[in-house]
Amino acid sequence: MLELAIGIILGSCALGAGVAMIAGIGPGIGEGNAVAKACEAIGRQPECKGSVTTTMLMGCAVAETTGLYALVIAILLIFVAPGRLVDILMETIK
Amino acid sequence: MENDKQKFRLLDTLYILMMIVPIVFGIVLKILTTPQSEGIAISGAKIFFTINLPIQNLPITESQIHSWLVMIAITGLCLFLTHGLKEKADTKRQHIAEWIVENAQKLVIDNMGDYFSGFAPFIAAILSLSAFSSLLALFGLYAPTSDVNVTAGWAILVFFLITYYKMKCGPVVYAKSFGEPVPFLAPLNIISEFATPVSMAFRHYGNVLSGSVISVLLAVGLQGLSSMVLGKLPGFLGEFPLFQIGIPAVLSIYFDVFSGVLQAYIFAMLTMLYVAGAFPADEYFRRKAKKSTI
Repeated sequence: MLELAIGIILGSCALGAGVAMIAGIGPGIGEGNAVAKACEAIGRQPECKGSVTTTMLMGCAVAETTGLYALVIAILLIFVAPGRLVDILMETIK
Repeated sequence: MENDKQKFRLLDTLYILMMIVPIVFGIVLKILTTPQSEGIAISGAKIFFTINLPIQNLPITESQIHSWLVMIAITGLCLFLTHGLKEKADTKRQHIAEWIVENAQKLVIDNMGDYFSGFAPFIAAILSLSAFSSLLALFGLYAPTSDVNVTAGWAILVFFLITYYKMKCGPVVYAKSFGEPVPFLAPLNIISEFATPVSMAFRHYGNVLSGSVISVLLAVGLQGLSSMVLGKLPGFLGEFPLFQIGIPAVLSIYFDVFSGVLQAYIFAMLTMLYVAGAFPADEYFRRKAKKSTI
């Protein structure tokens, strides 16, 4: 019975981490759009290349934040949550 | 004359040693404290020892020690570059030092305006500390920026700076700024106030940590691949790391060098934008002009 409970904990942590990383789609699409527009802008005005590139990198980094939130959640679920949850389970059994 | 030259050379060697010795110290410490034959594993910062304090114990971790090493190395670099300055630049190092200072001032004044020109040393310090912390991973050491506590510390510092500049026109203007554009959005404004440091800390730490996690996964995968291909061969050939040569270096260039330096730049840039954006410039200068006329 205990093995089953621990197995459920580990399995759902891994599933949760996988589901959380679906959020990676959003920043991917967003950054792709940003880079596409930056390429268009450089094509139109090649002399602005420097400032367009720096602005694009800034925007990409800010757009990446949501993906990184998901990453932090996934990392917590994989490395931190199973140990904590198993500890809680052991304490409730005692 | 001869004596002065010798003294100059001696100080130079001292500063160069100050740059190199911390890195060597970190590598030696890592070799001494790494437990034997655990294989490749993903782990957080190691805790060396804990200082007992009344409210909460203070653990001294790898990330703290490595931050200090980076700080000492940067101090050595600065002292080396600014050693023996002359009125008219004629040495390479003085040209480099002047280039760095001019660019830092230009960056700050371009992004924050003339009022904040005093911010150049702070921004340059944050930029160099963050960049060199990430680059520490090139020596195989634990990068302090992949610990959320380090980046959260910097982000809290930036949060206090933002609040200080918002308070410049007194607490009434500060309190009013939460009721914009409509008063019932005040709770959301308060949440977004606290989301700023959280997102800054997570952005920097997440980027660096994800790079190191992917590098470790790749190393494990390549080890499995080469043992699968060569594992049947006898003796030394069976353990030869065929695929681990060169391939991880390509990822390291992206994750350690490009991503680390880019994140440092973005952290400094966001600091400048947030602090400059928090300062109610119109109101402040209007009041100042009013005061000076009276």
